[in-house]
Amino acid sequence: MKFPKIDFDKMKNEGTSSVTPKERRQFLKLGLAIAGVYAGGKVLSLTSIVGTAHASGGGTLVEKYPYNPHYSMVIRQSLCIDCEKCVDKCNETNDVPEYGYRTRILTKKYTGSLDRQVEFIPVLCNHCNSAPCVRACPTKATYKDPVTGIVRMESKKCIGCKTCMLACPYDARYFSASRRAVDKCDFCWEKRLSKGETQTGCSSACPTGARTFGNLTDPENIVYKLVHQLEETIWVLRPADDTKPNIFYMKGNMRSVDNILNEQKFKLRTPANT
Amino acid sequence: MSRTMVDISKKWGFHGVEALKNASPMYKFTMGIFALLALAGVTVGLHGMIKGYHHVYGVTREISWGLLISTYIFCVVTSTGLCIISSIGHVFGGEAFMPIAKRAVFMSIVFMFGGFCIIFFDIENPFRMAIWNVLSPNFVSNMWWMGTLYGLYLVFMVIEYFFLLEQNHTLSRLMGFFGLLVGIAAHSNLGAVFGMLHGRPFWYGPYLPIYFIFSAAMSGGCAILFFTTLGWKINPEIMNQRMERAVKAVTQITIFLISVIIFFTIWKIITGMVSEGKELVIMSFLTGSYAINFWVFEIFLGMFLPLYLLIRSRGNNFNLIMWATGLMMVGIFFMRYDIVIPGQMESVYHSLGVEEAAQMLTYTPSFHEIMASLFGIAFIAFAYFAGEKMLNGHQLEKHEIVPEGGYICPGCGAIHFMEEGETEEEAMKRHHRIW
Repeated sequence: MKFPKIDFDKMKNEGTSSVTPKERRQFLKLGLAIAGVYAGGKVLSLTSIVGTAHASGGGTLVEKYPYNPHYSMVIRQSLCIDCEKCVDKCNETNDVPEYGYRTRILTKKYTGSLDRQVEFIPVLCNHCNSAPCVRACPTKATYKDPVTGIVRMESKKCIGCKTCMLACPYDARYFSASRRAVDKCDFCWEKRLSKGETQTGCSSACPTGARTFGNLTDPENIVYKLVHQLEETIWVLRPADDTKPNIFYMKGNMRSVDNILNEQKFKLRTPANT
Repeated sequence: MSRTMVDISKKWGFHGVEALKNASPMYKFTMGIFALLALAGVTVGLHGMIKGYHHVYGVTREISWGLLISTYIFCVVTSTGLCIISSIGHVFGGEAFMPIAKRAVFMSIVFMFGGFCIIFFDIENPFRMAIWNVLSPNFVSNMWWMGTLYGLYLVFMVIEYFFLLEQNHTLSRLMGFFGLLVGIAAHSNLGAVFGMLHGRPFWYGPYLPIYFIFSAAMSGGCAILFFTTLGWKINPEIMNQRMERAVKAVTQITIFLISVIIFFTIWKIITGMVSEGKELVIMSFLTGSYAINFWVFEIFLGMFLPLYLLIRSRGNNFNLIMWATGLMMVGIFFMRYDIVIPGQMESVYHSLGVEEAAQMLTYTPSFHEIMASLFGIAFIAFAYFAGEKMLNGHQLEKHEIVPEGGYICPGCGAIHFMEEGETEEEAMKRHHRIW
């Protein structure tokens, strides 16, 4: 079979105006996926959804999330000032004993950088979509809530083998002697969300908005808006473990977040809005 | 009733408490020491249980499996290994291995019990386990399979041992086969408990489930040799021509298995050195905080010394075999420890480069953990010494050693059968004619 010869020089230039916004967006997404791979190394990559779909960065933005409400948290790392109000609030809300914690703030120091010398990284249970702890538990004492996707504990079933503590790649679990079970973050489901509140203890206590909690299925929700954009890099911790976490990280300084929230100034001009 | 008891004990070679009473004072003293140790262990363990393990154990949130888990693994590895090696004889018909079966199966059960004793003090809610393991099983959890299959394994081994005593060799063989099958499944699942934790690069992968099986076989060979030669020290009568041949055969296979484990270890180290997730742990073995564990105990005591001594013993210097395998047991204990603890020493946030996870995590076993582990070990030792006397050195009946019409070949040591009208010499010539 012979391929027809195309003379590119003699072809008419169609210009960029004829590219539909949809095509253009897909091209950009592809670019993000590739950039994500190169820039990411260890921490940069995005995964959220069960199976092959991804929140972004995998080439497509997902249309449908497996849970509704799909609770998620975006941590805007640049905004964290290590005041630990979130940790205190968490301990107080969930009766966390002295020897344990459900969330903490890690410190990363830099030398040689011109702007920041230190970064604070809040960590908590990532409520992974494919949670290693849920698979490891012999008695289904820890499980993925079928509605909200929150990884929860049914304390009475916990035999205390501690396999989940080792299975967790985020060190999010500890054994609570008073509960006689492993304890972990449940996005304050028991103490707040199930009682009608919309924010977790930590996100409500955060004075800077570093912890942004919300519903990933609601296009009006801030978490949705922060995740569904291409301008700022979003990553998750330990992506190589392929746990599809629901805690997203971004630098998230105020200006870029304002852009995102103000209907995204970098939005493409389409025939409809011109 | 008492008549039946007498019959059974005669049939089973059961010498009962009488035999213990007749034991030498030294023997009684040794048993007493182990009984006291076990008693002390269980007392301290119960104290820890009442007080709350997080007050008395050295394990932490990050290093949540400590000495107890590694001792448990030591016990169940040895138990599975005893089952594997002994099955060569009484399940698959390898004649040379047959005489070791009784002692091996007995010790396999004892080691399994010892393991369960230890895990009892590690699991925070052992009583819940019995309920929720049944009512709420998670079929994708290796931990569930491991626990359930080991429970089943113990049942098969006990039934098998009963039929061995009953001299019902068809059923004991069948049960032995199921026991082996379930034991291997359980044991590789134990490896997979570690091997499927994908957040822990040192453990993750198919290496551990496979390694565990070979390592178990090695431990089993070592344990059989140690307990048989120690049994010979206790009662020299247990050695006969067939037993000597069995010891020789087990020595050979143990030498082979040590070489296999050396091979495994070499590649674990070499591949680990180029893996980002494993390198720190591997370097701590080679030059860091686990160097003594690794070089002195795991490599020297666990592999090279026994390899050298076993080869030197030629399989018939029982004293040498006893020392080699006794030291090897100590080495193997450290091998297990070196799987469990170092796998947790690198914090999951280490690669993130944060201050909190910059240092390697450390763990030191606490007094309570050591005592609770000793409970299991001392129980095993006590049961061994008691079994050696009460079960009359696990000796085989005459017809089990040499079936009717057979004789032990002076040339090869195997059992040959004479055809009608044949002399032993003729039969031997017939068996060993050169084609």
